[in-house]
Amino acid sequence: MVVRVQATAFDYGAESAAFAAGARGAGAVVTFAGLVRDNGGALTGMEIEHYPGMTERALAGIEAEATARWSLDAALIIHRHGPMAPGEMIMMVATAARHRAEAFAAAEFLMDYLKSRAPFWKKEFTADGTDWVAARDADEDALRRW
Amino acid sequence: MTLTVLYFAWLRERIGLPRETVETGAATVADLVAELSAREARYALAFSDLKAVRVALDQDLSDFDAPLAGVREVAFFPPMTGG
Repeated sequence: MVVRVQATAFDYGAESAAFAAGARGAGAVVTFAGLVRDNGGALTGMEIEHYPGMTERALAGIEAEATARWSLDAALIIHRHGPMAPGEMIMMVATAARHRAEAFAAAEFLMDYLKSRAPFWKKEFTADGTDWVAARDADEDALRRW
Repeated sequence: MTLTVLYFAWLRERIGLPRETVETGAATVADLVAELSAREARYALAFSDLKAVRVALDQDLSDFDAPLAGVREVAFFPPMTGG
């Protein structure tokens, strides 16, 4: 069970391969990556602020809950902070379980929870200026299904 | 008591600093918010709509009626937008 919070880019392919290779006993691996949207070319960049200390703690808590609920063999969360360009990867999650249903459900759970319970804040840069991304009601609603 | 108070995202920008040390007798988070808001307009503006503000006590999400006894670090920030 691994949580990494970092400013540097990561190699999604290499991370996914290493995760699957280390998930002995699992029959299913699900990986997901979140990218910076370019909003039809309007977005020039993004900056992600976070709360050092609480971020790692919140992510580890969310990961521990997913691991217990779906008996995961392994779980990984990588989340970046700092400046990013459109198309860059912001974060990834990976889950490994005996069967795919557990791996898919746990990955969705991790995503739903880290969107609104891990202390990250996105700021978008466009030609018109900068804007903090507002939290969406749909993201909060998504937590209720768990 | 002495608290470290942290601000993130637009709260940090509106208040104009990322962290400060606050000497306070506030019993709850709401009391602390009232005390800070009474200081200066920039605080009052940042805390004008508490529905748009979240609070963490010693790095755990909490709420505005939570007591501050024993707490060392209070953080104010907007709803989180990770992922």
